Amino acid sequence: MRKLLKCVVFVMFAGLAGRVQAQFSNPASGPGSASTVPQAQLMQAAELVKLLKSSGTDRPVVFQVGSLVMFQQAHIPNSGYAGPTSQSNGLALLKKLAAPLKKDQLIVIYCGCCPWGRCPNIGPAYKQLHDLGFTNVKALFLANNFGDDWVSKGYPVERGE
Amino acid sequence: MRRSLVLLLSVLMATLYEGSSQSPVDPLHKAAPQFKRTDLNGRSIDLRDYRGKVVLLNFWATWCASCQVELPRFDAWQKKYGADGLQVLTVSMDDGDAPVRKTVRRLHLALPVVMGDAKLGEAYGGVLGLPVTFLIGRDGVVEAKVKGETDLAALESQVRRMLGK
Repeated sequence: MRKLLKCVVFVMFAGLAGRVQAQFSNPASGPGSASTVPQAQLMQAAELVKLLKSSGTDRPVVFQVGSLVMFQQAHIPNSGYAGPTSQSNGLALLKKLAAPLKKDQLIVIYCGCCPWGRCPNIGPAYKQLHDLGFTNVKALFLANNFGDDWVSKGYPVERGE
Repeated sequence: MRRSLVLLLSVLMATLYEGSSQSPVDPLHKAAPQFKRTDLNGRSIDLRDYRGKVVLLNFWATWCASCQVELPRFDAWQKKYGADGLQVLTVSMDDGDAPVRKTVRRLHLALPVVMGDAKLGEAYGGVLGLPVTFLIGRDGVVEAKVKGETDLAALESQVRRMLGK
């Protein structure tokens, strides 16, 4: 009986440990993953394209929060480079660039380095802006990557820094 | 004469402007864009030197989760198929080499790793999402481009086919 109890406890512990490990080794569901961004705060590419043509208060401030090498190859016109926010230096840069903005300014962050569920940058960038008190932050939803979901669709891009 | 000169200059300027705004061209089924870089161990890596081999050219980064899954497999393929003529070359698209060195150590990679940049990315059609892998035939022509998380068993079959195995 005691042996059986030991066995049950061991199996339960092993199962729990496995689940915890899986949670943290899988970026799709980890604490910094893109899935932590609330669904309501996602923006589709076509919507952003429309907003980029607007003027005044509707016009968003756009930050790329991924890799500089990718930003140099192609980025959304007039977007600022503020990354990579999976690293502390990227978070510091985003904080600095967002500092002069009004708290209710529409800010759109995007990365597109990897498939959405694998992106390590969007989650931390969203959390940082949210924690800094910004109330109107949207994350551009790029299902696969910036190349496939923005550039290949013919949306506007700029190259260089 | 003066008019002709102005016209000629205008055409030249327009051509130059157009050239600078041109989109990168996908190298699939074309000669692989050449590059020469120094790898993390200080060795010179010149793509020309691998003509006659099947080259698996992989673009990756330390923050790319899928890349971390692929790299150890590519390292194993290099050991398994190196004698048959496979050469795996990897290009890190990280912004600096410090995290790359750390990852190479953590994954115990023996593969050549060079640092990429926007110029190299554009030469390969724009590397705007990772991972991206190119298979270059023995004749130096890009035979396949594989984007994103891939079926590694299928990719290995393709490599074997290109090696004539």
